[in-house]
Amino acid sequence: MTQPSSSNTNATGWLTRRLPFLAPLHRHMTQFPMPPVNGWWGLGACLIVALCLMGLSGLFLALNYTPDSQQAFSAIEEIQRRVPSGWLIRSIHTTGATMLFAALYLHVGRGLWYGSYKAPRELVWLSGLVLLLLFMITAFAGYVLPWGQMSYWGATVITHAVEAIPAIGKPLINVLLGGEGLGTIALHRFFVLHFALGFIVLAIVGLHVVFLHGVGSSNPTADSPQPVTQTRPFSPYYISKDGVLVCVFLLIYAGLLFFLPDWIEKTSNIIPANPLKTPSDITPEWYLAPFYAMLRAVPSRLGGLIVAAFSVLVLFALPWLDRSPRHNATYRPTIRLGMTLVFIAFITLGAAGVHSPTTLWLWLSRVGLIVWFGVFLILLPLTAQRERRLARSPQEGSQS
Amino acid sequence: MSDRPQQPHPADRPDDGPTRRDVIGLSTAALGGAGVCALSVPFLDSLRGPHAATSGDAVQNAVVDVDVSDLAPGGQKTVLWQSFPVSIQRRTPAMIAALSAPELIAQLRDPNSSVLQQPHDAVNAHRSLNADYGVFITICTHLGCIPNLRDLPNLPASGGFFCPCHGSQFDGAGRVLRDMPAPYNLPVPPMHYLSPTVIRLGESKADPHFNIASIQQI
Repeated sequence: MTQPSSSNTNATGWLTRRLPFLAPLHRHMTQFPMPPVNGWWGLGACLIVALCLMGLSGLFLALNYTPDSQQAFSAIEEIQRRVPSGWLIRSIHTTGATMLFAALYLHVGRGLWYGSYKAPRELVWLSGLVLLLLFMITAFAGYVLPWGQMSYWGATVITHAVEAIPAIGKPLINVLLGGEGLGTIALHRFFVLHFALGFIVLAIVGLHVVFLHGVGSSNPTADSPQPVTQTRPFSPYYISKDGVLVCVFLLIYAGLLFFLPDWIEKTSNIIPANPLKTPSDITPEWYLAPFYAMLRAVPSRLGGLIVAAFSVLVLFALPWLDRSPRHNATYRPTIRLGMTLVFIAFITLGAAGVHSPTTLWLWLSRVGLIVWFGVFLILLPLTAQRERRLARSPQEGSQS
Repeated sequence: MSDRPQQPHPADRPDDGPTRRDVIGLSTAALGGAGVCALSVPFLDSLRGPHAATSGDAVQNAVVDVDVSDLAPGGQKTVLWQSFPVSIQRRTPAMIAALSAPELIAQLRDPNSSVLQQPHDAVNAHRSLNADYGVFITICTHLGCIPNLRDLPNLPASGGFFCPCHGSQFDGAGRVLRDMPAPYNLPVPPMHYLSPTVIRLGESKADPHFNIASIQQI
């Protein structure tokens, strides 16, 4: 690692002497030592690209949007029909939400499978979970803005769910909606919330990357019979690898954007919000469906909310629930099974969330919830305890 | 693939000019740059605004009919035409006479309306179709403020306009005085009379191809 020479007289040297953080930043972008990570580690780069596209398209949408209950719907129609290329910019934004959440869930799933949440990466994991929650709030607020039927009734259902929180629920919703029902005041707040959260999320992503660069990426081969400890510099090895994955990500993005736009947008949101008529079936976007299924799986308004909230909060405790020295689920038989079940449970909950709550789907979501909490609260700590015992006295393990 | 640092590929050796890696890197950057440029097209396109496809004809053809029978001699009113404020003033014979006063003409920047700020039929001593009515777009040719009605000081009273922003002064025919910040006379809209007391703004009979967007300064 060579310091950029201070006797450098070219423009880079001139800047580096005046902005001392540039040299470490450049070192981190080029020489950051990477363990032999696989393709799943490229999702972070895809997420940054998706976030940039969301920010860019969001800014241009905001230029033509009016947060007013009488004008919001027609503003979106005007963007779709009148603003030159407006349909494309809006599609980049709506498809971007799907692509961002798809990459986000896979990114979290990779962290779960490879134990990326463990010491010393707790801060990376916790900041990532904060981002997950903020993305969900941002997506929800954004979905209200077109002021279609699904926007209106989705907002109605969620605000009523939050109202169930004892003591703070009602005041919180009162502040969010501006003391009235869902109308212009509330819509304006949703707009500002959505807009502001976009930038807050961007800042926390920066923090997330700084946390990662403090401790380095985890090594998926560390627990394997033949661990590879050799590291390679980020540039050119992992810039190229991330670049290829970003290209694949953008290809899928463009495919959805240009060939399957209707698959993303629900038809009932192309009907203007009508406070007198609820659509026949209210389903959230797929990326919020698992949590919506959790809300419905518990036959109690507050209970459903608590369960949905704890399903994410339990993830915050993972670094302390699983204190085993082993990371990679591939080499932890019970965790391999447990994490597979968790992934299946999440997908099942998602499927339940986009279907009407029939008996079958209700029970499937209940089973999914039991698996989710069972793995994280019982299987993971017990396995970790056993693995720590084995790590202290390897003989005991081989005898038993 | 071994985990030891590899020997550079023979084609990558930097001793004779650009290497294979240089070519790969530059091509990748060029293709990525082209992609970013292509992505910027819809975003820049959208900045043309929602009425980009319809502006032009619809606005160009917009006409406003104004009944001026309620104006007493010396009276004035302001109407809106194509989002421009248009001042219509009925002149007294004394005001018409004042417009030709030599001491006024001597102080004007463009007394003969030689700069294209009006249709052909308004290039005359009173800058209007009919000397009895002065019709002007009251947007100062300096920086776009709206001048108020005010006679010029120390000159025969011909009417006149005074811009509150930077003090530009115009006579009753919208002609700017010398040494004022405003460089040109006030624009005259295309118009004709439907009857002696009804003005149609937006169409000039004598100058049918006159386009307000193509004048020197509005």
